[in-house]
Amino acid sequence: MNAEVQEEVQEFAKEADAWFAVNTPAKPDFMLPLTFMEVGTDEQFEFLRDWQRKVYEAGYLGAAWPKEYGGGGLSQAHQDAATAAMRKYDAPIMFNTIGLGWAGPLILDIGTEAHKKKYIKGILNAEDVWCQGFSEPEHGSDLGNAQLKAVREGDEYVLNGSKIWTTHGHFAKYMILLARTDQEAPNKYAGLSFFLSPMRVAGIETVKIRKLTGEHGFTQTFFTDARIPADGLMGSEGHGWKIAMQTLMYERNAKGGQAGGYSITEVNPLEILDLARKAERGGKPVLDDPVIRERLVDFMIEAQAFKLNAERAKLPPLNQDCPQAIPLMSKLMMTEYMREINQFALSLQGTKSGYYVGEKNAVDDGYWHRGYLNAFSATIGGGTSQIQRNIIGEHALSLPKTR
Amino acid sequence: MSKMKPYGQIGITEAQIDMLGVAENFCREKSPIDKVRAQMETELGYDADVWKEMGALGWLGVAVPEEFGGVGLSLTEVTPVAEQLGRYMLSTPFASTTLAAQALIVGGAKSQKSEVLPQIANGRAATLALSEHNGDWELENIETTAAQDKAGYRLTGTKTFVMNLMSAHWVIISAMLEGKPALFCVSKSELPNDNIRRETLVDETKRSYELTLEELLVGAETLMELDKASVTLKHIHLAANLLSAAELTGGCQSCIDYTVEYLKTRKQFGKLIGSYQALKHPTVDAFVDYQKSRSLLYAAAYSFDTQDIAVGVGEIAVRMAKAQADKAMSFAADRSIQFHGGFGFTYDCDAQLYRRRAIFNASQYGDARYHKGKLAELLF
Repeated sequence: MNAEVQEEVQEFAKEADAWFAVNTPAKPDFMLPLTFMEVGTDEQFEFLRDWQRKVYEAGYLGAAWPKEYGGGGLSQAHQDAATAAMRKYDAPIMFNTIGLGWAGPLILDIGTEAHKKKYIKGILNAEDVWCQGFSEPEHGSDLGNAQLKAVREGDEYVLNGSKIWTTHGHFAKYMILLARTDQEAPNKYAGLSFFLSPMRVAGIETVKIRKLTGEHGFTQTFFTDARIPADGLMGSEGHGWKIAMQTLMYERNAKGGQAGGYSITEVNPLEILDLARKAERGGKPVLDDPVIRERLVDFMIEAQAFKLNAERAKLPPLNQDCPQAIPLMSKLMMTEYMREINQFALSLQGTKSGYYVGEKNAVDDGYWHRGYLNAFSATIGGGTSQIQRNIIGEHALSLPKTR
Repeated sequence: MSKMKPYGQIGITEAQIDMLGVAENFCREKSPIDKVRAQMETELGYDADVWKEMGALGWLGVAVPEEFGGVGLSLTEVTPVAEQLGRYMLSTPFASTTLAAQALIVGGAKSQKSEVLPQIANGRAATLALSEHNGDWELENIETTAAQDKAGYRLTGTKTFVMNLMSAHWVIISAMLEGKPALFCVSKSELPNDNIRRETLVDETKRSYELTLEELLVGAETLMELDKASVTLKHIHLAANLLSAAELTGGCQSCIDYTVEYLKTRKQFGKLIGSYQALKHPTVDAFVDYQKSRSLLYAAAYSFDTQDIAVGVGEIAVRMAKAQADKAMSFAADRSIQFHGGFGFTYDCDAQLYRRRAIFNASQYGDARYHKGKLAELLF
């Protein structure tokens, strides 16, 4: 980066900092989702949609995306500066993640001119919410075995089957969809195709799924002779698996190009420290317990290592022995950390860990209980932690395939 | 809610990257594993010619100030060397000499610095005699005493884990002088050989000695700056942990490579054993731990001299690095033995070398649990 650009970025960072200092909204009187996967109620949805639009209009989302499609036309460093300002002021998440983080970069990379013109701006201003149709009731980790059928009829494809764990299914206007166009293909992967599909057409029905927390957050999506335009096909028929894999690279942050912001509120170990200070055992703060202290330090080291890994990934001389290692492991590391630290938070609450959301005596209104149970959405979704270990083992360490 | 402070950050210096490349090539060439095993059997424990070459390359002077004949860089640039030495298990008096130099830089008298540092920078070995039978990691828990004498001081006590003492030209000895810690920079030639005994170590690539001091008379000029003794001990403690973390991190990388190689070639039940998730997943966990270890190491290396240790940032970064490196290599090597099956139980399998290395490095200057206890005090 030359000095002139560097100066521009610094100026932009200053403006962003000032903007988020003033505009970051106060916490509403309802619980905000901690992650994009937890948008369950209309009031949560409306709050986050309005917030995303406001950030976009101020120029702090999609800053590095091309101007002609609605982006800011600036550099990634500009967007990173804006995202850093969001973090600094603990701003609410950018909830349209599937559009901003997965579909958007994919469309910009391999979509047609028409796709880019049609979809990019709506992703950024939250006009168009996106969802993802990958998993099926019988095919979760074994994604390559997806069976939803897409049959070409003239200018349309006719869809039959069902998708599950559709985050934002209820709110979405579009879906990135993995479907089987060829039953006779030589292997399961070769029969798959990738679509940008509308959601609001006859024959597509979403049914809310109740999560382990008791909340609603995603849907099962049923396709019954649903007709979608054929121009939503990405690439050509039979190339779906490769495109789905590229999408998962964005999803797991193993590939860049996302619009910016963050979709998960990270737990800061210092918040847990506060819990340990307040909780008592034998009349003394739990924080005096050496076992608890060691665990807390473990979480701090983990959080620090995660941050430093991201820094080291940008320094080729310090990662050239295995450049893909850090990107491949970040999903596993982050999601397992979130699950563990939320779980640990429960153990710092004494009898009160028996309460739940809705109980007035609950610690932090049951925030940690909800956080722990919801954390599984990330350790399971997007490829379970067990699948992640297979991927890291096979791609970073070249271990023999498990299948 | 306060945000977590950045405990050090990763940065790189050009010299550091150069050192990394040069050290890697050197160590790979000089220290194939059969040579490591051959050196384990020798009395000295290392190849004197290789040590001489390292001296000629100027590696002992990297962190020595220019005014004393060094390169004038810092431990930031020394860390990659220690990492590669650990990776290829190339044992030399490098760490003990580097630490002795650090002790002199921080707490040596002007005359000691001008006399000894240029010679160290030139490749002459030195070492530290700090540990004692109490086995305490707190370096100020010293039972050895120094009594003032007309001609200087008389040192009495027993020092342990004096690394590579037989190769050293100077030994920095800690002792209590009038109830306070003091450091003495003593010429090795002053020490009677009868009072030196080689210790049997879990890590057979290393050499350490017990040194018995029986009213040993040392000159007044051997006393280092008295008011800097505590600061110097703290500095040595942190520098030693930085180098140890580097050695562990490098070793962890080799250990994982070694395990992976076996998982990719050994077949059971008609399949390569690396295809079984029971072996694959813990190996990945070890790899993830190693990657974290490397990030924390480079933050510690970068923070060590660019940030004020007094505010705790450098100290936090170093302790995190050592704690993580101990955890990572201990786990990687423990699983390496197990995953090699029957062969893993033999002396011929290199997994034992890695496991023994991890045990030894944890034993010196504090293990993961000790450092986490310290971190709790610093962070909470």
